[in-house]
Amino acid sequence: MSVAATTRTGVRPSRAGRRASVPPWVGTVPFFGYVAVFLLLPTGIVVFDAFRNPGGKFTLSGLTALGNAQVRGFFIGSFKLSLISALVGAVFGAVLAYAVASGNPDGVIRRLYLAASGVLAQFGGVTLAFAFLALIGPAPTGLLFHASWYYSFPWGITVIYAYFQIPLMVLVFLPAIDGLKVQWREASESLGSSAWQYWRYVGGPLLLPAFLGALLLLFANALSAFATIQAWEDQIPYTVAQQIYTSTSSEVGLANINYADALALGMVVLVAIVMTGYALLQRRAARWLR
Amino acid sequence: MAAITSVGETPLAAPDKRPVGMQGRRRRRLNLFRYAVFTVFGLFFLVPLLALARWSLEGAKLGSWSLTSWRQIASYSNEGIPPLISTVEITLELAVITSAVMLVLVVPTMIWIRLRVRWLARTMEFLCLLPLTIPAIVLVVGLGPIYNKIAHLSLSTLMLFWVYVILALPYAYRALAAGLNAIDATTLSEAARSLGASWFSVIVRVIMPNMWDAMLNALLLTSALVLGEFTIAFFLLYFNLQVELYSISRNTPNAGVIFSTSTASLLFAFVLLLILSFARRRRRGIPG
Repeated sequence: MSVAATTRTGVRPSRAGRRASVPPWVGTVPFFGYVAVFLLLPTGIVVFDAFRNPGGKFTLSGLTALGNAQVRGFFIGSFKLSLISALVGAVFGAVLAYAVASGNPDGVIRRLYLAASGVLAQFGGVTLAFAFLALIGPAPTGLLFHASWYYSFPWGITVIYAYFQIPLMVLVFLPAIDGLKVQWREASESLGSSAWQYWRYVGGPLLLPAFLGALLLLFANALSAFATIQAWEDQIPYTVAQQIYTSTSSEVGLANINYADALALGMVVLVAIVMTGYALLQRRAARWLR
Repeated sequence: MAAITSVGETPLAAPDKRPVGMQGRRRRRLNLFRYAVFTVFGLFFLVPLLALARWSLEGAKLGSWSLTSWRQIASYSNEGIPPLISTVEITLELAVITSAVMLVLVVPTMIWIRLRVRWLARTMEFLCLLPLTIPAIVLVVGLGPIYNKIAHLSLSTLMLFWVYVILALPYAYRALAAGLNAIDATTLSEAARSLGASWFSVIVRVIMPNMWDAMLNALLLTSALVLGEFTIAFFLLYFNLQVELYSISRNTPNAGVIFSTSTASLLFAFVLLLILSFARRRRRGIPG
């Protein structure tokens, strides 16, 4: 890329004599090519194959399969788990973020909580399921107690999901709380408002878009998660992600590949809607964060 | 980790910055609330990790202590799956390759777009953040055919890096963008160019040294992501560390080695992040 770069110097007045042979955007070709092959192409294949039958003919049967009761069940399962874990994560994460934000901005506690949140928000995966298995899993593991609800859906898995949803909320929501200016609080206090009135009429409405946006992000995060729930329970598929795996890996897998594509397409659409909402709410929230 | 932090701060340190307009009683109540919150959440985050560590040290008899599981990390193997230590190796190699490709691919492009092709900046940002919207599980369904087509070349597990770069793109991009935004790239490049530097020199010798921290940041985030990746490898039937652990746990439920290896990989991730936070502190220490 840099080779292409060095040949293009014509714009500079000092070197105006040289001919500009290669336009500057050529330098970005490797990057965009890479992204096209490994991100856009697979996504395109999913969308394309969702409308084809195994023979390669155009069909809507994959999409109509999305309507049948069993498939709806997986989407409802995904939706339930994502919604509950997002709500739990958002509410507790907001409380924790407020506790962190109300401390010393350069303090040890804040730095360590942020660093820990950075790790734990990414700490999904198989390891997380093992940690909870070690803690409350059925005998002979289960250090604390053998939780009978460990394998219950959605509550058992929600507890596990909360482990990465809460830190993610802290990371996303902290800037919004930091954006609340002390002056606003002082102003409302000098006008005689109580703490409740401040939160009801000033702080709450200011934080609401950021909170809802973060809620959507957590929702999308739970929706996309696969590793943890697969390691938690691999016999019964509860979510769309698990069902996609089941349909590609079973003996009749090849016959079902377009069904998997249709499920995947459904998932992309759902996540895209949620993430668009997130982006819009972030923009609304950013108005006060400058 | 969280619980340690709540002990680490003295009660007086907190209210220093925001005491204005708060009466003493409310401040005390706030502090009470804060420490209650830190304790409860600290326990919630710490206890599962302790349980993991405790089980990694479980002996043959329930409740006894032993290092057997830790020794097994080097020697464990089972029918039908590669030896554990080989998957550890390959996962670490994947982390290195993915990080390297990421930096080589993204950093020069990003700087180049900032300096010369600004109209592509929004497109690049959109594409880099797009993987957040396309879950790994969807990506892999589309990738299946591509990988299958070239499967007769019997690809090594290392070939997973092609996809991992995409997965890590949003995190690396954000880290790098923050680094690039923090410096005045245009002025730096104009200064360098007016002194006769080639564009290659501008990118590699002028701009990049000014964003080492951001690059380190991106590198560590990418590595952490690769170490924890499961979905893609699992779907494409490759054995990386997480898939290996998953398979062991299916064959031998509650095998001690899964707890010891999990603890080890987690400690490793914490060390990576510690390096990161030290690098940040160092940067903050420099005035200006």
